[in-house]
Amino acid sequence: MTKRAAPLIRCEQVEKRFGHKRVLRDVSFSVAAGEVLSLLGANGSGKTTLLRIIASLDRPDKGEVWLGPVPLSTAANEIRRYIGVVAHTPLLYDRLTGAENLQFFARLYDVKEPQRRIELLLQTLDLWRWRDSAVRTYSRGMSQRLAIARALLHDPPVVLLDEPDTGLDRESLKQMTGLIRQLRKRNRALLLTTHSMERAVAWADRVVELRAGRLHQLEGPNRIGK
Amino acid sequence: MNAAARTAGADRWFAPLLIFDILAALAMVGVMWTALLYAGDAINLAGVEQVAQRIFYFHIGSNIAALLGFLGSVVGSVGFLFSRRLVWDRWAVASVEIGTVFGILVLLSGAIWAKPAWNTYWIWDPRLTTATITVLIYIAYMLLRNGFDDPETRARFASVYALFAFLSVPLTYYSARLFRSIHPIVFDGANEEAQGGFGIGPTMGQTLTVAMIGFALLFLAILFHRVRQLELEARIEALRENYDE
Amino acid sequence: MAEHSEAGRVTRKGGGLAAYLRGVWAVAEKDVRTEFRAKEVVGTMAAFSVLAAVVFGLAFDLRVPRPELVVPGILWVIILFGGVLGLHRSFGSELDRGTLTGLLLAPVERSAIYLGKVAANLLYFLIMEALLVPVLLILFDVNLLKPLVLLALALGTVGYVGAGTLFAALTAQNRARETLLPVLLLPVLAPLFISGVGVTAVVLDGRGNAEAWPWLGIMGLYDALVYAIAFLLVDVIWERT
Repeated sequence: MTKRAAPLIRCEQVEKRFGHKRVLRDVSFSVAAGEVLSLLGANGSGKTTLLRIIASLDRPDKGEVWLGPVPLSTAANEIRRYIGVVAHTPLLYDRLTGAENLQFFARLYDVKEPQRRIELLLQTLDLWRWRDSAVRTYSRGMSQRLAIARALLHDPPVVLLDEPDTGLDRESLKQMTGLIRQLRKRNRALLLTTHSMERAVAWADRVVELRAGRLHQLEGPNRIGK
Repeated sequence: MNAAARTAGADRWFAPLLIFDILAALAMVGVMWTALLYAGDAINLAGVEQVAQRIFYFHIGSNIAALLGFLGSVVGSVGFLFSRRLVWDRWAVASVEIGTVFGILVLLSGAIWAKPAWNTYWIWDPRLTTATITVLIYIAYMLLRNGFDDPETRARFASVYALFAFLSVPLTYYSARLFRSIHPIVFDGANEEAQGGFGIGPTMGQTLTVAMIGFALLFLAILFHRVRQLELEARIEALRENYDE
Repeated sequence: MAEHSEAGRVTRKGGGLAAYLRGVWAVAEKDVRTEFRAKEVVGTMAAFSVLAAVVFGLAFDLRVPRPELVVPGILWVIILFGGVLGLHRSFGSELDRGTLTGLLLAPVERSAIYLGKVAANLLYFLIMEALLVPVLLILFDVNLLKPLVLLALALGTVGYVGAGTLFAALTAQNRARETLLPVLLLPVLAPLFISGVGVTAVVLDGRGNAEAWPWLGIMGLYDALVYAIAFLLVDVIWERT
């Protein structure tokens, strides 16, 4: 198959400045379909900025990000249909119930048969029981799971996870590992950030590290999960 | 370009600035002389009004400068939105700052003149209303900028506001004009209800021209200084950030 | 890129105007639903407008011979200040709870998000005005339920909400947002405000409808300009956040 040859995410010499401060310099990498890339880095190393750029929320000052064959700098809003993001904050409305949140985003993403899709995700992520409670009554782990449901609602080929392991207990971490494996098997391209070297290695095919805005390759392709 | 190695004297702004400073200074001396001594008395005025009408030259001069500031802000904002280069934004903000000072001078000189001429400092005439609203918009523009740290965001949002304001000002004028106007229209005299107007003789016309040119030069000289200052600020900021790294 | 995934199976693609309007409606409905649970905005606006009417009544009733002289001004001043109370929450609440990012990640036009917010705000304004007009009738014995006054209220509200929602987006990330919004908004709203007072005065004085139309024309022109600028520039506001 040519899937490995055509990466779903490709960053080319991305540079980003805030004011005059360079947060990212000359960042290049790619993630293929069915591949998981871990992005390690301390706070303030530019991880979140890089993820925001790939999620089309921010523009690089130099360089280009490609999603499949489409350069982000010229892409229309439609390109966002191909990206799913789990961010630091859950991106959910805490006055609305879990189901209402997903219904709202299903409408924004124009999901076909939203009820079925929502039910499927809520069941898989073990939230079905709480579907009609307001999100502000959710525990941290439940919000995180709902955030994942929100990100996967439109079944995007590119999934970005910004520190998906923060605040998760052992059980949720295990679920997260299962989810990542499953997405990988279904040929999604995954990019995730984390502080933990252990999880970076456990979850990913490759690990890279951001240090002072530069990307360092830590580990070549390995055979986890095969 | 090695910023640290450049001395103030070798600055590319230095020569043009000096020329403009001298030109503006000479022009303002000219304005003072023509406005206070050379220009003849108004034919149909007497007493305090006769003295007060000379403020008209400064009023119109400041008005020209404020208008240039207004235009500068729009040109700078449009330029920034198209090019996304902060140079344009510096021209916009400098124009607004200086335009505000001259705008306030227009309002003050008008009020001082209006007391003897109209027997009141203030009236809700369309031009007064529009000028006041414009100055308030300028001040709002500066306050908006004040709340952003990132220079790019600041420039972007300020440009959006400046453009919006630019389009609302003419409508302010037309809506205020639906109320009856008593502001004298010196140049075409069409407004029969205008009070305090006066005929304009040849020396007065020449003085007016001198005043308008003088104030325009003064505006430009201050504008160039301010833009240069903003550019230096940006450079210092850049050096500091690089030093931190 | 679709060949890499089944994304095409789960979501519809494109969709033109209908999809655009679905986006607008989704945002508006979500806003109204959260508002009626949180009660952050409408209650404040309504309470303020009644309170302000009472305060104006106290201030003017003893000094003004005919209430018709001041009611046009009172009406529009209350709308001007009451509206600004609610507008900043439009994006402020999204930003405080970090949900703006979620909205911006969605594959909808930015102008659709803007229009959704506008629609929700229009409803809040409508509720405030529906309360204010009868209160003014009771306190000042001035009936504002005249077709041209209502038309002016409609035009004024549409323009105000259009400009206000745009500026709420501008100031949401500003350090001084709650205090800054009225400072930005009020001078720019001058044409609407002057015209609104003008129409209301003409109608209350019984000066005949012909005098009211130029004012209404200015308001219509203002509204058209507001939305034209908003459509042009709304992408600029959110191209990065």
